[in-house]
Amino acid sequence: MSNSCHTFVAIWDIFPHLHNSIVNMIHSRSIMGKLTIIIAFGFLVLFSNNSFSQDGKALFTQNCASCHQVNKKLVGPALAGVEDRWPDKTKLHSWIKNNQAFLKTGDPYANNLYNEYNKSAMNIFTNLPDKDIDAILAYIKSVPPPTAGNPVAGGGNGSTAAAADSDNTLLFGVLTLVLAIVAFILLQVNANLKKLADDKEGVPSMEPVPVWRNKLYIMFGTLVLFTIGGYYTVMGAIDLGRSQNYEPSQPIFYSHKVHAGVNQISCLYCHGGAQESKHANIPSVNVCMNCHMAINEYKGDPLYTAEGVEVNGTNEIKKLYKYAAFEEGKPWDASKAKPIEWVRVHNLPDHVYFNHSQHIMVGKVQCQTCHGEITKMDEVKQFAELSMGWCINCHRESKVQFADNGFYSIYEKYHQDIKNGTMDSVTVENIGGTECQKCHY
Amino acid sequence: MSNNKHWQSFGELNNSEAYQKAAKDEFQEELPFVSDNNTFLEAKAPRRDFLKYLGFSTAAAAIAASCEIPVKKAIPFANKPEDIVPGVANYYATTYVQDGDAVSIVAKVRDGRPIKVEGNDLSPITKGGTSARVQASVLDLYDNARLRFPTIDGKEVTLEIADKAVSQVISGLGGTPAVILTSTVNSPTTLEIINQFIAKYPGSRHIQYDAVSYSGILLANEATYGKRAIPSYRFDAAKVIISIGADFLGTWLSPIEFSKQYSKGKKLNEKSPAMSKHIHFESIPSLTGSNADDRFLHAPSETGVVVAALLNAVNGQAVNGVSDPKLKEGIEKSAKELLANKGASLVVCGSNDVNVQILVNAINEVLLSGGKTIDWAVTANYKQGVDADFARLVDDMNAGSVGALLIHGANPVYTWFEADKFKSGLKKVRTSISFNVRLDETTQLCKYVIPDNHFLESWGDTEPKSGYYSLIQPTIYPLFKTRQWQDNLLKWSGAETTYLGYVKNYWVTKLGGETAWDKALQDGIINPSSEATLTGATFNATAVSAALSTVNSAKKGEGTELVLYQKIAIGAGQGTTNPWLQEMPDPITKATWDNYLVMSPFMAKTLLGIDLRDPGQSDSYEVHPDKKVVRITVNGKSPISLPVLIIPGTHSKTVGIALGYGRSKETGRTADGVGKNVYPFAWMNGGTISFSVPDVALKLTDDTYKVALTQTHASYDTPQGKRTEVMKELTLTQFKKDPSEVRDEREEELKPWGGLENFEKQGTIYPYFDKPGIHWGMSVDLNTCTGCGACVVACNAENNISVVGKSEVARFHEMHWMRIDRYYSGDLDNPKVVFQPLMCQHCDNAPCENVCPVAATNHSSEGLNQMTYNRCIGTRYCANNCPYKVRRFNWADYTGADSFPDNQDQTIVGHLDDVVHVMNEDLSRMVLNPDVTVRSRGVIEKCSFCVQRLQEGKLKAKKASRPLKTGANDEWDLKVACQQACPTDAIVFGNINDSKSAIVKNRVDNHFREFYSIEQVHTLPNVSYLAKVRNTYDEDAKAEG
Repeated sequence: MSNSCHTFVAIWDIFPHLHNSIVNMIHSRSIMGKLTIIIAFGFLVLFSNNSFSQDGKALFTQNCASCHQVNKKLVGPALAGVEDRWPDKTKLHSWIKNNQAFLKTGDPYANNLYNEYNKSAMNIFTNLPDKDIDAILAYIKSVPPPTAGNPVAGGGNGSTAAAADSDNTLLFGVLTLVLAIVAFILLQVNANLKKLADDKEGVPSMEPVPVWRNKLYIMFGTLVLFTIGGYYTVMGAIDLGRSQNYEPSQPIFYSHKVHAGVNQISCLYCHGGAQESKHANIPSVNVCMNCHMAINEYKGDPLYTAEGVEVNGTNEIKKLYKYAAFEEGKPWDASKAKPIEWVRVHNLPDHVYFNHSQHIMVGKVQCQTCHGEITKMDEVKQFAELSMGWCINCHRESKVQFADNGFYSIYEKYHQDIKNGTMDSVTVENIGGTECQKCHY
Repeated sequence: MSNNKHWQSFGELNNSEAYQKAAKDEFQEELPFVSDNNTFLEAKAPRRDFLKYLGFSTAAAAIAASCEIPVKKAIPFANKPEDIVPGVANYYATTYVQDGDAVSIVAKVRDGRPIKVEGNDLSPITKGGTSARVQASVLDLYDNARLRFPTIDGKEVTLEIADKAVSQVISGLGGTPAVILTSTVNSPTTLEIINQFIAKYPGSRHIQYDAVSYSGILLANEATYGKRAIPSYRFDAAKVIISIGADFLGTWLSPIEFSKQYSKGKKLNEKSPAMSKHIHFESIPSLTGSNADDRFLHAPSETGVVVAALLNAVNGQAVNGVSDPKLKEGIEKSAKELLANKGASLVVCGSNDVNVQILVNAINEVLLSGGKTIDWAVTANYKQGVDADFARLVDDMNAGSVGALLIHGANPVYTWFEADKFKSGLKKVRTSISFNVRLDETTQLCKYVIPDNHFLESWGDTEPKSGYYSLIQPTIYPLFKTRQWQDNLLKWSGAETTYLGYVKNYWVTKLGGETAWDKALQDGIINPSSEATLTGATFNATAVSAALSTVNSAKKGEGTELVLYQKIAIGAGQGTTNPWLQEMPDPITKATWDNYLVMSPFMAKTLLGIDLRDPGQSDSYEVHPDKKVVRITVNGKSPISLPVLIIPGTHSKTVGIALGYGRSKETGRTADGVGKNVYPFAWMNGGTISFSVPDVALKLTDDTYKVALTQTHASYDTPQGKRTEVMKELTLTQFKKDPSEVRDEREEELKPWGGLENFEKQGTIYPYFDKPGIHWGMSVDLNTCTGCGACVVACNAENNISVVGKSEVARFHEMHWMRIDRYYSGDLDNPKVVFQPLMCQHCDNAPCENVCPVAATNHSSEGLNQMTYNRCIGTRYCANNCPYKVRRFNWADYTGADSFPDNQDQTIVGHLDDVVHVMNEDLSRMVLNPDVTVRSRGVIEKCSFCVQRLQEGKLKAKKASRPLKTGANDEWDLKVACQQACPTDAIVFGNINDSKSAIVKNRVDNHFREFYSIEQVHTLPNVSYLAKVRNTYDEDAKAEG
């Protein structure tokens, strides 16, 4: 499903020239480049969707990844080999479930660990069942130790496909042009031959009209120009107010790639609003500080802005500290923090109602479907067109959780139709998802 | 079915030319392009101008659209509070407080801003009901005219400086007493704090003063029951209700509570039809009188005589002293009904005369109402002011024996009939301190002003009825440098604690712990552990005979009499500063933005020379907003001039004027210049204020004055010209005799198209479209709808409906999505009244949808008639084709939403009133609902069935993975705004496809009374109505029409 959306985007994206009218905000690239990226993303989304099926990984991402990594020290210790370090599995379980209670038992290993990490308390997971903890531990075991130079998946395939696509376009264009010229020459030849034939038969002929004064050609030319001009005017007008690929620079160079990609922090850890609100919400400073109290320097791969300037990650963390009014080594007074004025990337017009929780919780749509492969973006840019056609197309093709969600039990007719085999699935459109007042009120 | 012809306007009664035109056209004014001349080219704006506009707008749109997209910021919290999620509303239980009124409410807070209030379902008093004023109160929070900081002599000071200065002067009073002057206070903690203050400054006292007081009842109860208190009235337990001038559904004492109770007796069970009987005696038509089963008119000065006669009649004596035969018959019939229902009847009276109220008590005593319909175990604490106490204070002030006056909630310079005397007294008071929230007439004259918070910014508690508490908690941090007045008193009496600490400590102690306090705050209410049984009180009859002789010997009114009444929206003046309330059409007169003289058609004929029976004369009166102006002179008072509205049902020798208007311009731009103040016409009648004036002189002037009436706007009718297809009414007797009368009539109407059964298919050439999941529907019970207007204001608040101001209302441009049509029937001098709320009917075969050239209005698979503002190009074809006339057009940029700011002042659309700009200020705009688009100029809008609530409710159910609940087992995922606001539960909304939903149950249970307005045009509306059944004596109604 997500793949088809991308295809749709790709089709629209063949005519991107009018983005230039708002060139200040957009880093335009060549058609080829864009296509490559988009198609590559499409494959990646599919690819990554598949890998989410493993329970342990999902649980790890959901519960642990905001503070832990398998092979790297984050807020908490690296978890590789955790089972070997703990003397006893039951102790490990009770530590994970309620570390504060476990500390009180006076266990020396736990207390040492606690002190080693500046007494920053771990979250409490009383409700996490044992089998889930085991699944997480199994996942940790399954992660291989880091090796240098992991290849990036999906790249090669995507570009060949894209190249093939665009070659065709060019080919068709050239063909059309050649055929037009041939047609023109043939017409000229035809006219000349007719004139010759007429002369021979003695039929009086008119004075030959040069090509540029031939009314037929003028009309034809005008028509062609009008069609092309009209097409581009309309496409341009449609594009006004849209800002696909908008990639503003932000007050802090916050890299989603580093957080959500390399460190695999769950999107919802910071954008929790997406589960309950219409807004996904940008995290407040105190959410950043949950981790960055401990993480005060950046040691990962070098970071570059879109213009190719290298960014010092540690300095960016210092910028955060400035907003948070945090001085390292001193206790943090959260009440002194100032909000960060981020530049909003995704802007919907006022007359559009969009609800994140509807899509995430009810529709089970992946964040990446609309936001692109965010885990690969250093600076966020607007991946989707965010146009009405784009929305509607997805509503036409997406299937609702018809069997799973009890709400849809009231659609008796559809249930009947599915049973009879006259209908195989229910799309958002079937339940009214393309009607005006689903989004405009 | 009574075939009595229903009429909305005099034009309709006479079937005049103007009426026929109005019923035909959607838009009742000429197009601005073609105004003076008939030919297009010679018009004010001819073809060339048209082309100019066209060219300009194309160019402007292109330029505006191609501008750079502005950079928008997204600023999160610095520290996000755990329980606040941006985009998700939080609900806090609190209490609406206005003078003595206290209504338990739940405030909806979205992203830190309270934007809507709803009734608190847990309250045993109001049971989730609200009124127009409660609904509008949230706008008062964002009133630009609120005082923003403390002042001394009009100069801004800090709270600390004010504290210091006031403490100094109060401690330096040297024995002269300080007086705390308030409107009724029913907060237990506030009363304690006042007592502490009084204890600190001996000789001080607390005076409660109500602008429209209930001294008569309080003192009468003291005389006959030994308690200066008002008992609980139980209209729900009464089978017979007699009201003599008490507007208990509109403005009397506790209208929400009473409406809820009253509606219980008016809900009709089709299987065993029975209804309470309500007989009303009054001088000018009130909301309650309009709802009465039978209504009788008397002159205001006759109130006492009517009550005395009723007392005699229930005692088995003859009715004497009443000359009008109709009135006499009414009294006799009432007495008969009452005596037949002893112990299940209730008599209430709106008079403020002690002697009259003593007689009312005597009647109720004969009827054994005590312990049955009148409960003395729980007293009502809404109004406690006694006029004489205040009069004494004014004397003391003039005598120079008051050292300091601390004013909260009272505004005697405006509301006291001898304002000049109060003013001169105030000058002799050494220190005057006002805690009022705005620079009202009294506050202007006070030296120290320390404004109070709005109730949505406050902590506190109230005890509207003894033993029943409602708590107040803030829903927003104070917007301005204001402070709760209790904090001031605490500070000045030397207490360390803040008022919050005080309230919390008081309740934690009383409830026995923090947990109980938290729970109480969450619920918003505290009830007695067990409901007290209804009890009566010992009646002391000694005062009755004296009262009877005083009443009977009272001077009869001669000539024209005047009644000063309260409007449901404006009250005693509290609503004048609120744009929503000002623009809400009065249920009876349908007028907005003014007060006026209410006059009977009979008097109009003699005084104004307007004969409403004459089609030409009624048209010339009705069509033009300009009304004749009359000069009213009351003995010894300075005369005022007011326009006249002719209202059927007014006593022929009586005129009425609404209180609460004519405020000074400092009270705010909304109230400035609206109406005239008539408080000075009140007078002191034996220790209590009387609002009826026995002898006034009226003189017709040559002036006229524009009144913005919505009476004739949006009249709609059927091709057959019979109102019975729009609105159905019958009597209880008829209904009992033949319950299927309404159904038979529908059958008859639909006969040409296959009758009721086959109408849906045979009545149209269009196919029917499936509603596979949800099919929304609404049902409105005309029997319980009282026409109070709470729904209209709730709709305003929920859907960001623009306020357009008086001049635009007068041009038929009001924007209300919901209107309440008022129909008269029967006798022109004392007609019956029916109210019919009308909003978009969401027709499944909607005529508006077919004619839209851009498909901006179309139908959803859930049965909604959708309106897409962004697609609308403003042809108004839809409005023209709507048989119900419920579509509204944004003629001007009322919201400031246009890209071009100058659009608000274009001369071609006319100059907009100041209030439109008031509503567009940043502060006022904080009240907007962020889930509803603010409409710009040039688009049509209309009722959306609160689609934002429907979507939210569906999402809630989807997240919980269960079917939607719309009233099965009284569980609701959503309620629409009008339904939720309604104090009588007349509106039911839900999913018709769900056989267990409340709407389906409502339609099935009321199978016989169900009808659709102008059903035979095959619009297939999703709004159904239940016919009005009136428990009236009027058996000859059938003969008429």
